[in-house]
Amino acid sequence: MLRMLRFAAAALVAFAVPFVAAKDREVSIGLQAAITSIDPHYHNLSPNNSLLLNIYEPLINRDPDGRLVPALAVSWKAIDDLTWEFRLRRGVKFHDGSPFTAEDVVATYKRVPNVPNSPSSMATFVKPIVETKVVDPYTIVFKTAAPHVLLPSDLASVYIIPKAVAETATTADFNSGKAAIGTGPYKFAEYVPNSRVVMRANYGYWGGEEPWDKITWKILSNTAARVAALLSGDVQMIETVPTSDIAKLSSDKNFRLADKVSNRVIYVHLHQWSDKPPPGVTGKDGKPLDKNPFRDARVRKALSIAINRDAIAQRIMEGKSVPAAQLLADQFFGTSKKLRPGKYDPEGAKKLLAEAGYPNGFALTIYGPNNRYINDEKIAQAIAQFYSRIGIDAKVETLPASVYFTKATQGEFGYMLLGWGTESNEQGSSLRSLLATQDLSKGMGVTNRAHYSNPALDKEIVEAMATMDDRKREGIIQHGAEIAMNDTALIPIHFEVSTWATAKGYKYTPRTDQYTLARDLKPIK
Amino acid sequence: MLAFTIRRLGQSVFVLVVMAFLVFLGVYAIGDPVELLVNPQADALERARATAALGLDRPFFEQFATFLAGAFRGDLGRSFVYNVPAIQLILEKLPATLELAMAATVIGIVLGIPLGLIAGLRPNSVLGRGIMAGSILGFSLPTFWVGLVLIMLFSVKLGWLPPNGRGDTVLLLGVPVSFLTADGLAHLAMPAFNLALFKLSLLIRMTRAGTREAILQDYVKFARAKGLSSRRVIGVHVLKNILIPIVTVIGLELGSVIAFAVVTESIFAWPGTGKLLIDSINQLDRPVIVAYLLVIVTIFIAINFVVDIVYSLLDPRVRLGQAAGAH
Repeated sequence: MLRMLRFAAAALVAFAVPFVAAKDREVSIGLQAAITSIDPHYHNLSPNNSLLLNIYEPLINRDPDGRLVPALAVSWKAIDDLTWEFRLRRGVKFHDGSPFTAEDVVATYKRVPNVPNSPSSMATFVKPIVETKVVDPYTIVFKTAAPHVLLPSDLASVYIIPKAVAETATTADFNSGKAAIGTGPYKFAEYVPNSRVVMRANYGYWGGEEPWDKITWKILSNTAARVAALLSGDVQMIETVPTSDIAKLSSDKNFRLADKVSNRVIYVHLHQWSDKPPPGVTGKDGKPLDKNPFRDARVRKALSIAINRDAIAQRIMEGKSVPAAQLLADQFFGTSKKLRPGKYDPEGAKKLLAEAGYPNGFALTIYGPNNRYINDEKIAQAIAQFYSRIGIDAKVETLPASVYFTKATQGEFGYMLLGWGTESNEQGSSLRSLLATQDLSKGMGVTNRAHYSNPALDKEIVEAMATMDDRKREGIIQHGAEIAMNDTALIPIHFEVSTWATAKGYKYTPRTDQYTLARDLKPIK
Repeated sequence: MLAFTIRRLGQSVFVLVVMAFLVFLGVYAIGDPVELLVNPQADALERARATAALGLDRPFFEQFATFLAGAFRGDLGRSFVYNVPAIQLILEKLPATLELAMAATVIGIVLGIPLGLIAGLRPNSVLGRGIMAGSILGFSLPTFWVGLVLIMLFSVKLGWLPPNGRGDTVLLLGVPVSFLTADGLAHLAMPAFNLALFKLSLLIRMTRAGTREAILQDYVKFARAKGLSSRRVIGVHVLKNILIPIVTVIGLELGSVIAFAVVTESIFAWPGTGKLLIDSINQLDRPVIVAYLLVIVTIFIAINFVVDIVYSLLDPRVRLGQAAGAH
């Protein structure tokens, strides 16, 4: 009996050793938000785009700083204002073994606008292409109807799948794994909606060997649960560390924090739909004002310089935000070095209000979401306190995102706290979406919930969109940003800093696009 | 009996339709799902396309009529977010929630009734007082806090139990269950206990109150006088009599735990329907919200129906024919 036990124990040890060794190359990662599909063209949603970038690849990738780098395309150039030539990478194989060629690109772009029941399609990215020519299997030429400077940036968001899959597969085929075939460093293994995704290494990857054999992505939406999973060793990395835990984790030797300023700006839109006073803005006695104070640039500037951005960054965000002066942080394309975050100046704000005819201030409701941006509700409350110092009676009303954004778009808020992530990492596109005079058919001001309008700014935006030369375009965008910000077209508050925490022995290279990618996670000795 | 069943069925269908209408109207009033689903950088054309793809461009009553027509054919619509049939999404998650609810109920019964008996038989002993003090904690501590403390203790400090998720499952009669595997039990222990805590405290207090009342009754004195062993007096006579209200409460609590285990599910990342419901509400995924509530209301109606029938079998004074008026 004893001998049998010993034998069993020996067998266990023998089995256990290689098992532990294999674990070295396995890693679990805790994600904040659920993905909605394995189909790369079903839903244009950040969590999907981030996770699926491990399985599929676009023609052009972004490096951790947001710069465009070759992926399935080795080079690209504009031949003239309307023609782009892309040279494709040779020797790349899909996970099913079939070779990657220009035909796959054509078939993918054809599928993109035609995914049934897509709640947010990728069609916007390929729509500018009016004609595609396959020169040879590794050269492809796109024609656009009008100059489209952001084409490389747009195509960085569209992931390539094999022609055979693109022509037949449904979204359900991707979710079951049957059609989940890309060229990326990891292969699809398992998907349990709202719970986890498992991937295995693609050993023949063109970019070289990856450090992991198996990756388990766990959806841990509850912040406390996500941190607990890291502390207990259940996962080796988490994204979006809650600000309340940053101090604790950064002082613990067993964990390592990584952070990077993101392309998301938190800002305030001021309702300027008409001369009538906007919702939530009245005299201090509750009587309506005679006109819309937000149409006066002096009032907008006063509301901006009355906010102490450094205090918000230090006290509320635990240092994980960068005070903002424009729509993107300094290192991004098209940002103006002349623009600095407004200095905290309550006296100056009072003077400006008096000049504008409000020496005693007015009453204001600050609207904001309470479950969308990092500490959104606390930021709104802090702003209200700053305003009380310049004689404005401010109260705060926050709503869940499901209710808030519909109402914000319908113009039901006067003073609204919002956020914007610039996917192209180029300030021109955020100026165009947030501040251009609204013209939905032309894609101008599609998210201009303030209905701010400034013809001088519109002119710069239109010109920038048609300027192919990068240096020239950057100058125009910088000038446009200066026009907008000197007019306080909106009130930028700060740029969110994205955070990741890893266990001892792991290192993550933080990214500006807030994506969590397996290829940026490395083991360290 | 047959007439009662038919009438009850008619009422149930009416309740379901009214409920579906109210939820439909509620979600319609809250906001526009497209606003949340569509990428903020999308242009007007893309928004219009998404609105049409989800059928949200049609008038409210037409949307509701389409839903009703589908529902009578057993089709509750497709999730806006996941593009799979809403009922499939729910049925995939339901076994996990049912398992959690059952495990919590079993913990509540197995621990609650004996502890309540002890507290009721020895109300002034240290043990009895200790049990009652514990039950007050169980009542008053918020579930999410207890859940986090459990995780910090058993996962982070001691490293005994996994902090989240559901373990390995095996098929039992075609349903995936996790309580038959060691890994599954390890994952189940903390969330089940967390969910059971309130129920446990409730059962302790009910059992104690019932026991205290019963041991003063004549039939207990008589049984003792007859010379029956204390074990038989308590185990058979007392327990049987105090169980009636306890069973009713267990049944009611089971229903509410299935429907609303949301907090425990999100803290332990338990892949159940509670988490699905909250996510769906946050994203205004109307087909899933409506289908979920329809499933839950159907479960409640079925439980009540069975309870009414059982009552009439147990107590001949309850006649189902007149029951509707007599209640």
